[in-house]
Amino acid sequence: MVNPNIVWTAYFAPLVACVIITLFFLRSKNLSSLTAIAGILTSFACTIIMATDIFKTHPALEIQQSLPWIQFDALTINFGFLINPLAIMMMLVVTGVGSAIFIYSRGYMADDPSMPRFFAFLSLFAFSMIGIVLANNFIQLFIFWELVGLSSYLLIGFWYHKPSAADAGVKAFMVNRFADFGFLCGIIMLWALSDIGQGRSFQLTDIAAAIPQIDPHLLTIAALLLFCGVVGKSAQIPLHVWLADAMEGPTPVSALIHAATMVAAGVYLLARTFFIFEPLTTALTVIAYVGGITALMAATLAVAENDIKRILAYSTLSQLGLMVMALGLSGPMPGMYHLTTHAFFKALLFLGAGSVIYALHHEQNIWKMRGLLKTMPITGITFLIGTLALCGIFPLSGFWSKDEILALAFEHNTLLYWIASLASALTAFYMGRLFWIAFWGEPSKNDHAHESPTIMTFPLIFLAVLSIIGGFIGIPHFLFPENEHPHLNMRVAIISSVLAILGLFVSFVMYSKRPAVDPLEKKLGPFYSVLKNKYYFDAIYGWYVDRLQQGIAIASAWFETLLIDRFGVGGLISAANATGKILKHLQTGMVQFYALVFVLGTVVVYFILLKTL
Amino acid sequence: MILNLSLFLLLPLVGMATIFMIPAEKSALIRKIACLTVFVVSLLSVWFFSAYNSAVGGYQFIQNIPWVVPFNISYHLGIDGISSMLILLLGITSFAAVLISGGIKERVKEYYIMFLIAVAGTYGAFLSLDIFFFYFFHEIAAIPIFLMIGIWGTGRKEYAAMKLTLYLVAGAALALIGLICLYFATGLQTFDLVQIQSHLANHPIPTEIQNWIFPLIVVGFGITLTLWPFHTWAPVGYAEAPTAVSMLHAGVLKKMGAYAIIRFAIQLMPEAAHTWMPIIAVLAVVNIVFCGLVALTQRDLKYILAYSSCSHMGYILLGLACFNIIGLNGVVYLMFAHGIMATLAFALVGFIADQTKTRNIDELGGLVKIMPFVGTCFIMAALASAGVPGFANFVAEIMVLLGAWDQYPIQTVLAILGIVITAIYMLKAIRIGFQGPLPKRWEKLTDAETLTAKLPFVFLLAVLIVVGCWPSLLLNHIGSSTKPIIENIVSKN
Repeated sequence: MVNPNIVWTAYFAPLVACVIITLFFLRSKNLSSLTAIAGILTSFACTIIMATDIFKTHPALEIQQSLPWIQFDALTINFGFLINPLAIMMMLVVTGVGSAIFIYSRGYMADDPSMPRFFAFLSLFAFSMIGIVLANNFIQLFIFWELVGLSSYLLIGFWYHKPSAADAGVKAFMVNRFADFGFLCGIIMLWALSDIGQGRSFQLTDIAAAIPQIDPHLLTIAALLLFCGVVGKSAQIPLHVWLADAMEGPTPVSALIHAATMVAAGVYLLARTFFIFEPLTTALTVIAYVGGITALMAATLAVAENDIKRILAYSTLSQLGLMVMALGLSGPMPGMYHLTTHAFFKALLFLGAGSVIYALHHEQNIWKMRGLLKTMPITGITFLIGTLALCGIFPLSGFWSKDEILALAFEHNTLLYWIASLASALTAFYMGRLFWIAFWGEPSKNDHAHESPTIMTFPLIFLAVLSIIGGFIGIPHFLFPENEHPHLNMRVAIISSVLAILGLFVSFVMYSKRPAVDPLEKKLGPFYSVLKNKYYFDAIYGWYVDRLQQGIAIASAWFETLLIDRFGVGGLISAANATGKILKHLQTGMVQFYALVFVLGTVVVYFILLKTL
Repeated sequence: MILNLSLFLLLPLVGMATIFMIPAEKSALIRKIACLTVFVVSLLSVWFFSAYNSAVGGYQFIQNIPWVVPFNISYHLGIDGISSMLILLLGITSFAAVLISGGIKERVKEYYIMFLIAVAGTYGAFLSLDIFFFYFFHEIAAIPIFLMIGIWGTGRKEYAAMKLTLYLVAGAALALIGLICLYFATGLQTFDLVQIQSHLANHPIPTEIQNWIFPLIVVGFGITLTLWPFHTWAPVGYAEAPTAVSMLHAGVLKKMGAYAIIRFAIQLMPEAAHTWMPIIAVLAVVNIVFCGLVALTQRDLKYILAYSSCSHMGYILLGLACFNIIGLNGVVYLMFAHGIMATLAFALVGFIADQTKTRNIDELGGLVKIMPFVGTCFIMAALASAGVPGFANFVAEIMVLLGAWDQYPIQTVLAILGIVITAIYMLKAIRIGFQGPLPKRWEKLTDAETLTAKLPFVFLLAVLIVVGCWPSLLLNHIGSSTKPIIENIVSKN
């Protein structure tokens, strides 16, 4: 049995850390970072206790506790938690990978004068993310959903004096806000539909019970609206545009928020509320295709990118697309499995990239890096492990989880299977390209890059170990104990391995010699500029924001000043003036005239009074 | 009992009299006395709020002294859950506003006398259970506001003072017609709210007559609440007013409109409410979306806040039109939440503009770097306004949206879109005015360094967060008074 106090401790430890830093330690780098690390480690420890408890007693158990937050006759909104293996798994990812990244940040941010603020924001993020994972009702979920968006905004724009960072923060927040518009509509609609005799409810368990009695057409609309939230948070097409820009944030932020946890929240949401989507064929088809197209599109974008963090960001998009596709193909297990292993190796890759950026004094262009494997051996080797895991090379973790997704697609939808396979081949190609250019070969003579301090390399090693063994520690069984143990689909495994090796090989041939100009530019012809312009999504949104939206706003302002103020109110004023001009003739200045009016008036009043009496 | 509601009127009067007798040169002493007076009255509001027994409900702490007997006008004070919350709001806001007024250096004596009149008048309006006295205090509060904008305002202050006052007086006159009709229509020929209420429970006003009176009151007080298209006094009024007036007016005085609509229109004429409020619901959405869009084009921080405030009043109007307890609770909650948020935001802009002498976001920029404390507070206020959870506004808005969904699905969706619009203009203002590189000319600005300078901001922010995380703090009070109103209106459908 899980002790509720343990859960609440895991829940609130990072918030306590955030509050303590904000109130007392805003001037101390040392104390602030230690407080934040203590907070996340407490959560991690509690999560491990929860995991062992739940595993010992009854693996499929759901444990729930609710405290009323808003309560009056017609409305109950609780604050509580709902624990099941899925939530515990996600908690382990969030707090475990989170702990590694918190520790790493103490080294990475050591030179930044605003480090206390960084750790306050990071702790706020950890609290919000835990809130999403544990929430047992939709309003609580939405609250924390917004709070991770907020902390993401604050952390992307952490270096707010840099216009590009500030812009990226605003973009991320706006795109997510727009998506959450749909999400909130969906939540309210679901709440309105959830009444099956016992009143409306936001509780996940109540809604699950109500699902069979809800009209499937209305439920489809609600489900797709909920999916809007997923599209925003997990950066699916067409709202993927914010994630690459989000790389303006400090690299540990990119690792934690924009690779391992927050962007995966959408996938987690789909898995946790899968009972809503399960009976809805139309909605699932939409979800699967959105995921598949995102996976392929993002993989192509990564091919033409030269910024190490942006390559990884597009890769994250692509992998998220695969996970969403898996959910759309009714596979919460493969999706969550890949989410977990992806958190390991993508966090590893980002932290590795951070280590490189740290050593090269904020250089992010891969063409300005060379031979890093030799100058930074630990970073180099762990980065290689991450790369291979991401490409799905046997027997690293990515191989197993990706195979699950591909096998699922193979069985259900051939078109999506080939889309996903193509995306995987491209993944191997662009990751190979990145690795051969930046890490392979001889370092240049005047290169002063050196290995990062232990506080940064230790988390790299920790995550590298997880990336290697992630396929053998029984994640699928822990997630869904009732399922039979997944078996490897040999045909799919062989095809995907061949494609991955092919991708790495082709990139080796093209880039291991470090050509002066990217040979892709010639080979792809005009398509290369399409890729460079990211399929013109930014241009279209830019047009919408600057022209259309601003145009409507200016028209409204014009309506306001011209019609309401000038004609409307101005008209009233003119009318008043005109009346005054007519009436002023009564002001003759002759006392006799006033006396006459006075007497007449008195007579009239008396007349009326007499009548009424 | 020693503590009674008349103290809310007497204490400011005593403070005023004391200031009156002090020579104008001793401005520091005058300020101290004014701060002390407001502080004591604010403590009193906290006391009454916590002493109000929400389990019992109804009007409490009643004082009833007949005044003009032939017309059945009496000095009748009392508070229910809603007004106890509103006096708490006024207590908090007026305390912050008086603290912030340290920058006033001219005609200090007159300033604080005016300030105390405005505060006392507003308290009086919220405490009165006699419609005559409500109206009287409502007008008492309007006079010093007019003078304060005209004398201590900035820019086009005379125009702003005239426009604001003319609009509000016109609205009040419209409402007055409605209230006088009410006086006769009940057949009681009394202004006493309690008597009217108990009488109407059994003898409702005929629906045809209600349908004439209702719009007069709703539109009349709606003007105070910046009902579209009668909102254009607010932007220029708030922009040119001295900081404390913007805080008081946007924070509290404006809410008198919503309070009056609940008290006199919806509570007393439920049948007409069913006819008229759906129309108001449409205007409410125009408020939300249209004013939000106009805010997008503004460059002056105070204009942005003012249009934002107009836009947020749309949620109040929409909630008023729902006729269910969720929506009405949301409305009352939003009156509080928006009040605190607007107070905070105007105070911060005032602090910045005192130094920069400009409020144009294009001329500002990078302010967080030089003013980390004030800048952070402004960002938090802006996020609160954009409905980010953790702040009181989110709780209120979500309740309004949930309440409105069944009856007005399209309006609700547009209202949710309004939250997106709010986020756009708020983030834009933050981005341009507070982030990015710091221009050279602002390198000499100073942050709020001392504890007294920080106090009002920290205090307001703390209230916003506490109320945002712990809704039952207010909801018990609110619920005890909204429930009978809703039961009454639902039974009349």
